[in-house]
Amino acid sequence: MSSNEGQQHPLGIYFQIWILLFALSAASYMVDYMQFQGYLRWFLIISFMMLKAGLIVAVFMHMLWERLALVYAIIVPPLLLLVFVGIGTLEGDYTFLTREIFFAGAE
Amino acid sequence: MTQSAQATTAGALPLLDGTPGVIADWSSDQRAFKRTPWGKAMMWIFLLSDTFIFSCFLIAYGTVRMSTTIPWPNPSEVFALTIGGTHVPLLLIAIMTFVLITSSGTMALAVNYGYRKNKMVTFWLLLATALLGAAFVGMQAFEWTKLIVDEGVRPWGNPMGAPQFGAIFFMVTGFHGTHVSIGVLFLGIMAVKVLRGNMDTGKPGFMTGRKQDYNMVEIMGLYWHFVDLVWVFIFAVFYLW
Repeated sequence: MSSNEGQQHPLGIYFQIWILLFALSAASYMVDYMQFQGYLRWFLIISFMMLKAGLIVAVFMHMLWERLALVYAIIVPPLLLLVFVGIGTLEGDYTFLTREIFFAGAE
Repeated sequence: MTQSAQATTAGALPLLDGTPGVIADWSSDQRAFKRTPWGKAMMWIFLLSDTFIFSCFLIAYGTVRMSTTIPWPNPSEVFALTIGGTHVPLLLIAIMTFVLITSSGTMALAVNYGYRKNKMVTFWLLLATALLGAAFVGMQAFEWTKLIVDEGVRPWGNPMGAPQFGAIFFMVTGFHGTHVSIGVLFLGIMAVKVLRGNMDTGKPGFMTGRKQDYNMVEIMGLYWHFVDLVWVFIFAVFYLW
C-alpha cells in the first residue's frame, strides 16, 4: 500500500492555478477582442497557450511531483513534434508557392 | 500476493533523485515507474499516444491552412454571437473555454478530496465536473448546428472561403467533443463508484477484478485534464489564429 500512496497537496495551490488559468484565458480572448495582428498576436497567443498547458500538466496533472523517470518518458517524446511542425510548415509554404505559380497561370 | 511482493521489493532499495534516479529507475530490471500505480503510468502512456493523434490533426490543419490560396474564413467573425443587438466576437468559444477550465478545477478538487477519503465531497465534485463537461458538449452541439444550418458549412465547402475550413473544423472539434463525451460518461461511472463506497471498501472492479481505491479518481482526472489541455491548443491555433 505504501508504494501506491496518493498525492496530498494543500487546496490553495489548486485555486491559485485555477485563477491563473482564468486570467490567461481572458488574456488570450482579449488578444482577439482587441484585434492585435501580426507577430504580436502570434507571440501572445503562443505564450498564453504554453503557459496554460504548462500549468495544467505541472499542477493539475501532478507532473511536478512525479519521479523524473515518468516525467521524461512523457514530456520528451512530444518534443519530436516540433520537427513535425517544421516539416509541415515547409510543406505548406511550398504547396502555396506552387499553387500561386500554376493557378495564376491557369486563369 | 504478487502485488504485495512487488511493493516490498520496490521499497527495498533507497530511491535516488535527479538524473541518477532516472537511470536507476529505467535500468532497475523491475518496473521503471516506481511509486506510481500501474493504472496511472498506463493512463499517461495512453495520453502520450493521444497527444500524437491530436498533434497530427493540428499539424495537418496548419499545413492545409498555409497552402490554400483562397482566404481562410475569419474565426473571429464565424464564431461571433449577437446578443441584444451587440456583436461580440468569439463569445461562445470563450464561454466554452471557461466552462472547461472550471470543470478542470472541480476535477482537481475531486482528486484531492478523494485522497482525503471524503466520499460525499468527492462524489459531488465529480458530478459537477460531469455536468460542466455535458454543458460543454451541449454548447458544441449548438455551435455545430449554427454552422451547418445557418451558415451552410460543409466538410467539402462553405460560403465564407477556403473549402478545407469545414473538413478541419468538424474533424478536430468532433474528435475533441467525442473525448469530452466519453469523459462525461466515465465521470458518471466514477461518481457512482465513489458514492457506493467502492474505493473505501476496496471492492474488486467489475472489469479488472482489482481492488478499487482513490487512485482511480486521480487517473480519471488525468484523462479529464488532458481533454482541457487539448482544448487549450485548439482554442489557440484554430480559433485565435
